Amino acid sequence: MSKFTRLGNSLYTGEKSIDFVGRKWTWYAISAVIIIAAILGLSLKGLNMGLEFTGGTQYTVTVSGTASQKVADSVRTAVGGSGVKAASDPTVTTSGAHNLIIQIKSVSQAENTTVLKAITDTTHVSAKNVSQDHVGASWGKEVATKAIQGLVVFLVAVMLFIAMYTRQWKMSVAALVALAHDVVITVGVYALSGFEVTPATVTGFLTILGFSLYDTVVVFDKIKENTKNLRATKRSYADAANLAVNQTLVRSINTSIVALIPVAAILWVSAVQLGTSTLKDLALALFVGMAAGTYSSIFIATPLFVQLKSGEKEVLDAERRARRARQADPYANVPAFVEGMEVEDDGIPAELREGEETTAPHGFRTRPNTDAMGRGRTAPPARGPVRESGSSGRRQPTRQPRSKRGK
Amino acid sequence: MARKNARPGRTLAVFFLVLAVVYGLVALGGKWKPELGLDLQGGTRIMMIANGHPTSEAMKQARSIIDERVNGSGVTAAKVTTQGSNEIIVDIPGQSRDDLVNEVSQTAQLRFRLVACQQSCSTSSSTSSVLPSTAPSSGASAPASGAASAPASGAPRAGLAYDLKQAKGKKKHKKHKAGTPSSSASPSATASAAPSTAASPSATPSTSTSPDQKGDVSVDQAVQFMNNPPADWSAKLDAYTCPAKGSANVEDNPSQPLVTCDSSGVKYLLSPAIIEGTQVSDANSGIPQNGVGYVVTLDFHSAGRKAFADATGAIAGTNQLFAIVLDGDVISAATADSRINGSAQISGNFTQASAAALANNLKFGALPVSFDKLNGISHSTIGPSLAGNQLSAGLWAGGIGLLLVMLYCLLYYRGLGLVVIGSLVVAGVTVYGMVLLLSKTADFTLDLPGIAGLIVAVGITADSFIVYFERIRDEMRDGKSMRVAVEAGWRRARNTCLAADGVSLLAALILYIFGAGDVRGFAFALGLSTAIDLVIFFFFTHPTIQWLSHYKFFNRGHRLSGLDAEALGVDRITVGGRA
Repeated sequence: MSKFTRLGNSLYTGEKSIDFVGRKWTWYAISAVIIIAAILGLSLKGLNMGLEFTGGTQYTVTVSGTASQKVADSVRTAVGGSGVKAASDPTVTTSGAHNLIIQIKSVSQAENTTVLKAITDTTHVSAKNVSQDHVGASWGKEVATKAIQGLVVFLVAVMLFIAMYTRQWKMSVAALVALAHDVVITVGVYALSGFEVTPATVTGFLTILGFSLYDTVVVFDKIKENTKNLRATKRSYADAANLAVNQTLVRSINTSIVALIPVAAILWVSAVQLGTSTLKDLALALFVGMAAGTYSSIFIATPLFVQLKSGEKEVLDAERRARRARQADPYANVPAFVEGMEVEDDGIPAELREGEETTAPHGFRTRPNTDAMGRGRTAPPARGPVRESGSSGRRQPTRQPRSKRGK
Repeated sequence: MARKNARPGRTLAVFFLVLAVVYGLVALGGKWKPELGLDLQGGTRIMMIANGHPTSEAMKQARSIIDERVNGSGVTAAKVTTQGSNEIIVDIPGQSRDDLVNEVSQTAQLRFRLVACQQSCSTSSSTSSVLPSTAPSSGASAPASGAASAPASGAPRAGLAYDLKQAKGKKKHKKHKAGTPSSSASPSATASAAPSTAASPSATPSTSTSPDQKGDVSVDQAVQFMNNPPADWSAKLDAYTCPAKGSANVEDNPSQPLVTCDSSGVKYLLSPAIIEGTQVSDANSGIPQNGVGYVVTLDFHSAGRKAFADATGAIAGTNQLFAIVLDGDVISAATADSRINGSAQISGNFTQASAAALANNLKFGALPVSFDKLNGISHSTIGPSLAGNQLSAGLWAGGIGLLLVMLYCLLYYRGLGLVVIGSLVVAGVTVYGMVLLLSKTADFTLDLPGIAGLIVAVGITADSFIVYFERIRDEMRDGKSMRVAVEAGWRRARNTCLAADGVSLLAALILYIFGAGDVRGFAFALGLSTAIDLVIFFFFTHPTIQWLSHYKFFNRGHRLSGLDAEALGVDRITVGGRA
């Protein structure tokens, strides 16, 4: 635990840093593979829409004794285990004192016979006591249309909201891309696993949607804060954003642990205790979606946002300033030696490494500095405006006092 | 160094007071367990068989309208399906909800008509003794006109004393062609005396009075009809007798005049409909400011608003009546004192429940099918659709999950972890109280996905605390003392949480406005849990931390406080000024 808290401090100060922004192509590639798998699954297998969306067949059984909950449960198991795919998750309820109602999705004639046999065998009634009927969908087209309408309005509104709050519309674009990323992955999980899509699933999707945006906003808020004063901190935009992500990393880890523990508990309990159930399906979708939501705010939204910003003049200026600051004192970010400091494996003390912004142990190393600065190959540009000076009769470079220069 | 106006104790006290009030309200309701959904507890199933042979399109439309009626707010979690070609099945959580049968099956065909005659069309109508008191069906008025309509008790129907031009101004007036409406029309004489069967006065093709094929008749023509009811229709009125009890069961054709009754047995001859129920844009129920009984207030779309203004203008001050006809029965007939350019109110013998049900039904429109009230509707009790072990499994999972979350928080945040646990417990208690309150007042039901949603919400709630604590630690790493860090961290964490929860609230609001059914239910739950998260964060967590920051255990960085140097990962922490 103390290692972890130590890590929290070093991430905060920038002493340790994971290069989320710089290694963006790695993260993009990982996500691309997952998304392609999801899309393939979706196009090849399609979604397994539930009874509420498709409608289906309803059997009404008049049992000889009383229709108790126990009988209903056993019929549910029997019909679910009859091997008919459309009947794998039947809805069985008691109705009144002597009736059972069984609803399954539409089946073929042969499958119908199988299901009917399962029902009659379990309840010990003859087939003439079972009546069949067609039931329509309770989640009709108009509910779906309205939901999609609402979703579109919401997405537009949330883009405006983020753009207004952060004053950067590129953040809304990045947040939406991350959102699409999460939703596609979750839908892909449903397609690949063949779980039935029920109204509860739709609710789950919406939860993921909300969570993904929520998490992205938390991370972006920190980026906004860190990049506010680039002129003073003399960091490049990418470095400031990267530091922001690193500083919220502990929060992100804690939040995902705390949010995922209950979902994992539901998943575990329902898998162990119940076997196949709606609860398990929902929990799996939530687990995948929420994990993807935390992942995408860090690994997709942030690098994408920095990439979108990279062409802007302001950002390029900050970049130049940062490079200049580094050149003015290339060792400014190298920590002074203190007692008990970790020393690199290869024996070279941290102070002697050049061109690296941070000294990090293996695994957390930042990308090498490829700038040609400080190696005598390029003449450094003038630091400041050059003006005539009376003393020597020629142009003299100026140098600000140290207090004005920052570090 | 805490802010001068920071009084954490007072905020906490107010917060707990409000919480106590919520539970007081719950105690008044007297129910300590939330209403469970169809999947966990079962409910009532209402089966309705439609009259005739409706098209599948009409059945689909009827299904969605009924769905909106029973599930308008989305929290009831009722399920409406079609079955076969002409049945609609409504599953509603909760035992013995037969009271909903009427609300669900009501066609809710609303029309506004002008009253040509009451009881009889004898020309000596100025004798008020002909007319019984119309007290039961009085008082349609508009908020715009204040106390517009006195009850039209025994109003003599003066056929003069109004001027269309004065009342309406710009509208083309008086088509004389229609002035003598159906003198040539042949009444089909099917005004059968049998009271309970359909009188079907609309069978007559009195062509001259129905120039308008699309249903709505212009106000001019209706006024014409009102002032000069043709002889054949007044004969029908005379021949008609009201059924003893229940609805008149007449066929209500909007382009035709109508002979029908109100609930107290007064019969009316009514003009063709001037406003249809489809013109109603919104309907609400309540008690008006200076009224006594429940009324239903109607707002119209622009065309309906204009027609209503024209009609009230035409009868203003004349003691003539207009009638509000629902499913063929006159539910209200009233005069107007002036041209009413606003919304209409229906008063009648409403209870709170019946007014609310009517407003609800009018809002979502009329059903395209009707149901046979006598033999077409049945209801039964249905059992839960999920096996009993699912609920216990869900609760177990929730319990285990919460326990693990608490353990993790304690391990990682030590002393501050207690604040997280406290906040989560308080949040849980608040959510439970709100669920109880809503299941009493708004028919909120909790199904299994709902319970799963509440468990998931724990993580999102805990996130605000995590953001806050990490901020405090960051501030302390910058060398601030705890009490300063609490305030500085709060300001930053507050903004972050407001922005992030703002997104959630936005989602809840928009999905609630645009969504239907389950989506609405979700939006409601999301909005509720986000709002509770914010309330707890602002009025419980922050004051508690403020309060704790006065204790040396925390501000000196005790090893178990979660704010010691080791936990922060720094060499030493700054302690407050006097340390």
